[in-house]
Amino acid sequence: MMQLVLTVTAVVLSLAAGGAIIRIARGPSLLDRVLASDVLLAIVGAALCIDMAVNRHLNNLMLLVAVSLIGFVGSVTVARFVADRREKPRGS
Amino acid sequence: MDPETFSGDTVIDAVSAVFMVVGALMSLAAAVGLLRFPDLMTRMHAATKPQVLGLFLLLFALGLQMRTWWVWPVLVVAWIFQLLTVPVSAHMVGRAGYRTKHLHPELLSADELEAVVQQAAGKSGFSDDDGGATTDGR
Repeated sequence: MMQLVLTVTAVVLSLAAGGAIIRIARGPSLLDRVLASDVLLAIVGAALCIDMAVNRHLNNLMLLVAVSLIGFVGSVTVARFVADRREKPRGS
Repeated sequence: MDPETFSGDTVIDAVSAVFMVVGALMSLAAAVGLLRFPDLMTRMHAATKPQVLGLFLLLFALGLQMRTWWVWPVLVVAWIFQLLTVPVSAHMVGRAGYRTKHLHPELLSADELEAVVQQAAGKSGFSDDDGGATTDGR
């Protein structure tokens, strides 16, 4: 049963990662790309969790915490220093 | 199913399998939401699903699979760390998105920040387009 679960979750997570990568490539603004890369990190963390659960080890747990920490620091930093570089239609 | 195979081990395996599949589907839901929603705020709504509920389900499945008690505090600490960091980064991204006007105002049902921003901009005569890089505490 674990092999079936592994196959199903691998397919689902691959589809999800593909969608997030499409949004990173296509995102109209920088913040959309930051958000999509955050989702991609969450998908990587989910894959690490499923690997640990199926193979019954705990080797990836520190890596999981580190991945969430990297996502936090990255999105906060980029959101702090993002600026509006588009043409301003309303004229400020 | 006879009572021999319907043991506690099978039940734990089945529950963790269901949790793993549902947790993976949370990631797929976030990707679909990222692709189909129109602007930044709605995409942020979709993006929180695998970060909180998906991670909770997967860590629960991991704790069930390990069959030991001492892993549960470690998993709870990992999940609480995620719970503490995700709202902060979402607040920063949403604030920068509002300040740089990455939203469709006609899609909002309520905008309680508009009056505050207008009042503060009128009071100080300060242009509001620096993307939130000021330190005035708003």
